[in-house]
Amino acid sequence: MRLFFGSCFTLFLAAVIGLSATWLTVTRGVAFGSLKIGAWTAWPRSGSTDIDPYARAIIARSGELPIGTGDGVAFYARTDDAGKAFDGRCTFVLSGMTPSARYWSLTLYDPEGKLVANTIDRHGFTSAELLRDVGGRFAINVGPRARPGNWLPSGGIEKFVLVLRLYDTPIGVASMTSKEGPMPAIVRKACS
Amino acid sequence: MIRLSFWILGALLLGGIVHLSTVLAMPQAATQDAYSRLARLAPVNSLVPLAPPTAQDAIMPFMDPAFAVAVCRYDLSAGTLKFNAPVSQAYTSVTFYTRKSVAYYAINDRAAGRRAIELDLMTPEQHAELPEEQDVTAADRLIIDSPTTTGLIVLRALAPEPGLMAMARRALADARCRAVPLQQ
Repeated sequence: MRLFFGSCFTLFLAAVIGLSATWLTVTRGVAFGSLKIGAWTAWPRSGSTDIDPYARAIIARSGELPIGTGDGVAFYARTDDAGKAFDGRCTFVLSGMTPSARYWSLTLYDPEGKLVANTIDRHGFTSAELLRDVGGRFAINVGPRARPGNWLPSGGIEKFVLVLRLYDTPIGVASMTSKEGPMPAIVRKACS
Repeated sequence: MIRLSFWILGALLLGGIVHLSTVLAMPQAATQDAYSRLARLAPVNSLVPLAPPTAQDAIMPFMDPAFAVAVCRYDLSAGTLKFNAPVSQAYTSVTFYTRKSVAYYAINDRAAGRRAIELDLMTPEQHAELPEEQDVTAADRLIIDSPTTTGLIVLRALAPEPGLMAMARRALADARCRAVPLQQ
């Protein structure tokens, strides 16, 4: 009898442990071989056949198509440089440099990967349409309220994700360091 | 007490096995992966432009709104596939995905080096059966081996600014994805 209850308990516990571990890794986005530069993270291997089983599971569940390695690479940011999570009520300023690439685009999504509704119907910028100063530097204001210059509206949603995609970059992405790949700094400004 | 810790240890080991096997089984069990989503919209072996993502509706998550996208859902069981796309003025890329959304090949307009991207897609078996002389004269033909019989070809054309989206969409409209039946 004791053996029966013991095995039932073990099997139940095993199922709980196994399934919750799977759930956590797949929803939290745990994948190997990540490349971190500042607040930005990329998974360059997800765009090739070297993709690891965790990334495969994440992609199968979310339904997205990862950007192919011969096409470009995507960097995700969920926090500012200080590690504070993006909050739609605050204004964040992106500034600085991007790694050399023929084009890049910056897009704002909700955590599920959907675009965020806003009054001016702007969901991102491409490198070609950005307003820059004479030195070629740029600053993008990400926040709920209209700003002069490059304003990327966050729609005031609780959490959001920024995705910077580099297209046709000559740098071997897998070996890219912060020196070769200067990513824009993200600084939090006023909150309302 | 010792007995209980043995049970818990066993549970941890079994839990690890459950975890690994569910992670590995996930792509097989997924019903909402990219291929399944596109199967409802795109007929097989033809190029279909996709609706741009909006805040209300998007076919897939994390689509780049700066791009016009067209998809060819292919099935090589009845023969090989010819794909060609004129390059747009800004940036054009073609990415090949397996049935399980693994990107196995991607090429952009600059790497293709011509005014159009022209490719032949086939399974490794079909490639092996290709007549030899055809393979030799095919120096300027780019042949891609698909690891799976079914999959997706995704053509992306960049609109550097929103006003150029119409131009990017026109570039996609001239692209073709065409099945070549097996010769008897």
